Amino acid sequence: MKLRSYSTLTYILFAAATLVTIFVCTAIGSVPIPLPDTIQALINAVTAAPQSPESTANIIPEIRLPRVLAAGLVGAALSLAGCALQGLLKNPLADGSTLGVSAGASLGAVIAITFGLTFTMLPVAGTTIMASLFAFLSLVAILGLAYKLDHSLSTNTIILIGIIFGMLISAVISIFIVFATDQLRQIVYWTMGSFANSGYQDVLLLSVVLLVFGGLLLSLHRELNAFAIGEDNAQHIGVNVKRVKLLILVCTAALVGTSVSVSGTIAFVGLVTPHMVRLITGPNHARLMPACFFGGAIFMMLCDLLARSVFSPRELPIGVVTSLIGAALFIYIFASARKVKQ
Amino acid sequence: MSMLEVKNLTVRYGPLTLVDNVSFTVEEGERLMIVGPNGAGKSTLVNAITQSIPYTGEVLFEGRNVRSLKPRELACRMGMLMQNHFVSYAFTVQEVVSSGRYAYSRGLFTTPSDEDEQLIAEAINNCGLEPMVNQSVLTLSGGELQRTFLAQVLAQDPRLLVLDEPTNHLDLAYQKHTLELLDGWLNTRQRAVLAVVHDLSLARAFSTRVLLMDKARIVALGTPEETLSPANLKAVYQMDVQEWLKGLLEQWK
Repeated sequence: MKLRSYSTLTYILFAAATLVTIFVCTAIGSVPIPLPDTIQALINAVTAAPQSPESTANIIPEIRLPRVLAAGLVGAALSLAGCALQGLLKNPLADGSTLGVSAGASLGAVIAITFGLTFTMLPVAGTTIMASLFAFLSLVAILGLAYKLDHSLSTNTIILIGIIFGMLISAVISIFIVFATDQLRQIVYWTMGSFANSGYQDVLLLSVVLLVFGGLLLSLHRELNAFAIGEDNAQHIGVNVKRVKLLILVCTAALVGTSVSVSGTIAFVGLVTPHMVRLITGPNHARLMPACFFGGAIFMMLCDLLARSVFSPRELPIGVVTSLIGAALFIYIFASARKVKQ
Repeated sequence: MSMLEVKNLTVRYGPLTLVDNVSFTVEEGERLMIVGPNGAGKSTLVNAITQSIPYTGEVLFEGRNVRSLKPRELACRMGMLMQNHFVSYAFTVQEVVSSGRYAYSRGLFTTPSDEDEQLIAEAINNCGLEPMVNQSVLTLSGGELQRTFLAQVLAQDPRLLVLDEPTNHLDLAYQKHTLELLDGWLNTRQRAVLAVVHDLSLARAFSTRVLLMDKARIVALGTPEETLSPANLKAVYQMDVQEWLKGLLEQWK
């Protein structure tokens, strides 16, 4: 009972680990930059001092830092969303991609790219708006259909319809790809996932969305615990089941939609990070969600570092790296957790 | 005023009528037990009363329609122990029992109050769960899991306990212990128990009134002697229940 949430010290350790990862990831890249120059460039970036012109160290504040930050924020958002969905649906297979939400977001982005949609009155890109909108619409469609088929909105129905919906959307995206000529490269970019074009605008957007919707999810840790124990049970102990469920789904759609709009679809992070973290922290969401937040951020930043540095100057798609590393890491943690139990 | 009043409650599922126009009351201090054959509508009836499934008709708690209560308000009045429990994550016994205090929690990250701590400790103690308090619920036996959720609903501290097969999965010692525990729980004023049971001997020994259901309707409602009369039981179970039970007891002589 006393161990409900983390102490301040644990949070300081989490934050320190994240800062160290940010530093390591900005210091390493395809263009070698001496360490003192890296540190100077970072200090200049943080203090808003002018960077020395003509220096290769300018890569750090202009390209690497926003990319690393975007990767970290997307990792945090995806794993937080996956964690919440796995708790809500009491199913360890749930995440943004199994529920068809990220496929829907991709379709939104693809439509925006194909038709060149922009919303001049809003400060964010057309792809971002369309991806978020479609993420939410997908969720409404999946839940609406699930409700139509099975009024109790049972977990299995939601997951089954989500998977089928995801396949349908993938087929529609393929049709767009077949007919696209000029925008083909851009569309493929969305479906493979990359942080190569991430800028400070993306960082700002992700920060705001994480603050609002991620914060909301964190505040619902008791409700998520109740759902993870069982939905009927949640209702009996006094959780407003329908309202909380809707709130959690909206939050996850916003997090997944924004992430997809920034980086395209990235497999595995939302599904596996919560698993790995749960094996270490246990299923209590007061501990699980903050750990997922930091764990997802660190995992994604390191994966992106590998994606751009292993075969440099050629870049690997980020999804390839997250799947390779994630699968290996998951098997290792799963096996060692089993060993402890026996 | 009755603590609980059920008026013309009907539950339909497609063309089926699972509970057909049922009305009864539960009074303070009472142990009302619902018995009947499989498929009579007992569990459906209690699920409707606890607002888990849609129904028509009215359920009043101390005169107030429970549909107008907020989920937390309802949970402070009525607690429900389900027949079966399926757990998928490794929550500890302590975490599951503590979640029973949800309805009383306020604020985002507040720590449990002294009252919370006391009720949780009492519930864990009363259900014999101290040895496994930090154990994962995935490792528990059926009976231990049943006791964990019983402790959760006791920590919830409702006025009316609605129990669906509370002695399910329990060994004989814990069946006896649970029924005595409920007796003790009822010693506090303004409380009542509504329980679905299968064991007619338990219903007869531990209830103040018995409600006999068959084919979605009430067959009889009254004292255990009145309701569990040979004629009523014969009509519902199509067998001589008393002879059968007496015959079983004979074996022990």
